[in-house]
Amino acid sequence: MNLTLHIWRQAGPDAPGKMVEYAMRDVSPDMSFLEMLDALNEDLIARGEMPVAFDHDCREGICGSCGMMINGVAHGPMKGTATCQLHMRSFPDGAVIHVEPWRARAFPVVKDLVVNRSAFDRIIAAGGFVSERTGAAPDGNAIPIPKDDVEAAMDVAQCIGCGACVAACPNGSASLFTGAKITHLGLLPQGQPERNRRARAMVRQMDAEGFGGCSLYGECQEACPKEISIAAIARMNGDYLRATLRGPAVNGTAAS
Amino acid sequence: MTLDSAIPSGPIEQKWDRHRFEMKLVNPANKRKHTVLVVGSGLAGASAAATLSELGYRVKCFCFQDSPRRAHSIAAQGGINAAKNYQNDGDSIFRLFYDTVKGGDFRSREANVYRLAQISVNIIDQCVAQGVPFAREYGGLLANRSFGGAQVSRTFYARGQTGQQLLLGAYQALEKQIAAGGITMYPRTEMLDLVVIDGRARGIVTRDLVTGALDVHLGDAVVLGTGGYGNAFYLSTNAKGSNATAIWRAHKRGAAFANPCYTQIHPTCIPVSGHYQSKLTLMSESLRNDGRVWVPKRQGDTRTPDQIPENERDYYLERRYPSFGNLAPRDIASRAAKQVCDEGRGVGPYGLGVYLDFADAIKRLGEQPIRERYGNLFEMYQRITDENPYVVPMRIYPAVHYTMGGLWVDYNLMSTIPGLFVIGEANFSDHGANRLGASALMQGLADGYFIVPATVSNYIASARPAPVTAGHAEARGAMEAVEQRTTRLLGVKGRRTVDAFHRELGKLLWDDCGMARDAEGLSRALASIPALREEFWQNVTVPGSGAELNQGLEKAARVADFFELGELMCRDALHRDESCGVHFREEYQTPDGEALRDDEHFAYVAAWSWRGEGQEPCLLKEPLDFEYVHLATRSYK
Repeated sequence: MNLTLHIWRQAGPDAPGKMVEYAMRDVSPDMSFLEMLDALNEDLIARGEMPVAFDHDCREGICGSCGMMINGVAHGPMKGTATCQLHMRSFPDGAVIHVEPWRARAFPVVKDLVVNRSAFDRIIAAGGFVSERTGAAPDGNAIPIPKDDVEAAMDVAQCIGCGACVAACPNGSASLFTGAKITHLGLLPQGQPERNRRARAMVRQMDAEGFGGCSLYGECQEACPKEISIAAIARMNGDYLRATLRGPAVNGTAAS
Repeated sequence: MTLDSAIPSGPIEQKWDRHRFEMKLVNPANKRKHTVLVVGSGLAGASAAATLSELGYRVKCFCFQDSPRRAHSIAAQGGINAAKNYQNDGDSIFRLFYDTVKGGDFRSREANVYRLAQISVNIIDQCVAQGVPFAREYGGLLANRSFGGAQVSRTFYARGQTGQQLLLGAYQALEKQIAAGGITMYPRTEMLDLVVIDGRARGIVTRDLVTGALDVHLGDAVVLGTGGYGNAFYLSTNAKGSNATAIWRAHKRGAAFANPCYTQIHPTCIPVSGHYQSKLTLMSESLRNDGRVWVPKRQGDTRTPDQIPENERDYYLERRYPSFGNLAPRDIASRAAKQVCDEGRGVGPYGLGVYLDFADAIKRLGEQPIRERYGNLFEMYQRITDENPYVVPMRIYPAVHYTMGGLWVDYNLMSTIPGLFVIGEANFSDHGANRLGASALMQGLADGYFIVPATVSNYIASARPAPVTAGHAEARGAMEAVEQRTTRLLGVKGRRTVDAFHRELGKLLWDDCGMARDAEGLSRALASIPALREEFWQNVTVPGSGAELNQGLEKAARVADFFELGELMCRDALHRDESCGVHFREEYQTPDGEALRDDEHFAYVAAWSWRGEGQEPCLLKEPLDFEYVHLATRSYK
């Protein structure tokens, strides 16, 4: 296949960026999108130019490192697919492809297609955990959990934190990411004691990081490579509302 | 240098408990005066950092990814073993211990393996308490499945994303401690050297991968949980960033490197489809619970699988290993696949593939249960190959997956440099010459949550490390060494890309030190690797500078280390004149093609110590005693 790429190049956070055009010849349809970028980078390096910086690691759709806007769509045209699992056979021969980094105030550009997503870590640090000390846990079977509950928890727990939901949202909201963690822990008995506190703290942190509010566009759900349902946001809002009505600011009461 | 394994005395069931009691403790009020540096934030690193911080130490944790949540442990699919015997199918701590020692072909240390089996039980409890959504039965109890190399169901799982869920559990514990102020996290930071002062590990030199700034971090102990080195082969199932740099630089500062030739080749990966390929994708071993492996009986049979009738198929694992069948351990299943492909019976475009067929299981159970068990794996397969595995059999082929070798550690997981602890895949400790499925997650978490927090405390309490400053000559020296190396890499300005060199090195290692080795091939590799390394330092090209985010520079430094390590892997494979586990020397096999061990001469851990650039390393041996699992020929027939 032959392709025309327009890629966002930006040397650093404060440097001006611009789209640069590259012609690609003889691209195999079996290549992943990242392998196609590898091929471009080898050409660039051989010419003594700086390769295009992009985040990637596992290339199996699970680590959440990769992600870019491809023709304006987070992770490109295939539904439920991370960029590393997108293959060039999804594009027609002769395609013109625009590649840009995630665009959101809370995800500043580091270089080219690389953005800083550490805001996600701070949202988890605000309460996305069960406070459990190592070594004193009861037997695993002492906490029976209905199969359906654990399956529903797993549906949202599999969020890879790639940031596509934020990039796809017209408001740059992190509600799907935050809602997924609140839902995961909120569906399990282990997550109950800290449920109110968690909802308050995580939502507040999300706002403090500069993510926008959710106005239910639903674009996040469309872009999510793990197809996490927007129902997680409803649950987050429910927990947050309940926590605001019932729980004190810091030491939340147990959910009833 | 001598190797003291520091195995506690007493019966094997009591060693760990007794040792834990005998180890010294640090007064809670004094813990905050000690800093521990943890490099790596996968299952081993994140769990160690979180636990050390919970105990009260000041912890600095480093990872090269943008977030600790992305460590490669996240990609582990199938599950984690634990001797819970929830299925009442005859499992026990002793059986898990026995299976692991046997699975490792009697090349692991009994005391470590027993402790691993013992702790496995607590790991599950810990993770359940953290909210890890393990699969459950309808009654609400934990579900299990079986895995290669075992005849009991002891594997706990969270769909095909077990590593992800366990890592997120550890990552959340880590983030909790970060928020509490106990841990300072350094993402996008790579360790490039170890600082050794007065013979003890006291710090690391790091590069901030965004700004390029070099820094020295000092502490009272250093813990490396930096994973394996399978990427030396270029094509592997490892994440692209997985590298050997931290352990290799520590090796060059005095840490012995054990059993470098033990590389596990995983039998169920998606075959290579073209020269552009950047990595190989693993399909969980759990697929072999329901999938049947076969090839055509006839050589060069090009018919599509549905046209090949039952009596013209060779279900070679079931034929050769009737009691374990498709669940034969990884080394054996991999070699068997190579053998049928070498015979010209392989399937797919390059003849390098075998079928993993779910037709029988779908006929027996219906599509829905299969979809529930393996849905995401089937989807992943379809994305990569454009084939629907519900309709046509998957094609699989072995690929480099896990390295059992690593830095030598004693029972306390401490390397030959006092104060340097090595955990998870980065050490050599628990798996011997072959790792059983679902044991890597178990080891990473056992080391991180339970073992190293205790042994680091003991070290700090006993050694009482004196304060040091960044102005120390050794710290400055290590920093300068890193600067010089970076300047040298950027200064070559040759004509070949780092990837081109890496691919060539990888092919050399795969051909001569891969699934099967012989003295001739290994000697050949030992001659060609130094020549290729020489060319690398003369002709590599790395654009840009060291004072910016420069992914080419990061890669170049790691590949330079793979050259040195690759040579050591071949040297180790050449000296071991026997076959054991994944180390299959073609000269040493039984008449029916099974590995032939030589316990009289090789029942030891081979640990190599660095003697300088271009010098032959020195071989140290730790003899292995098998008191509880008697040396026997491994049989899965």
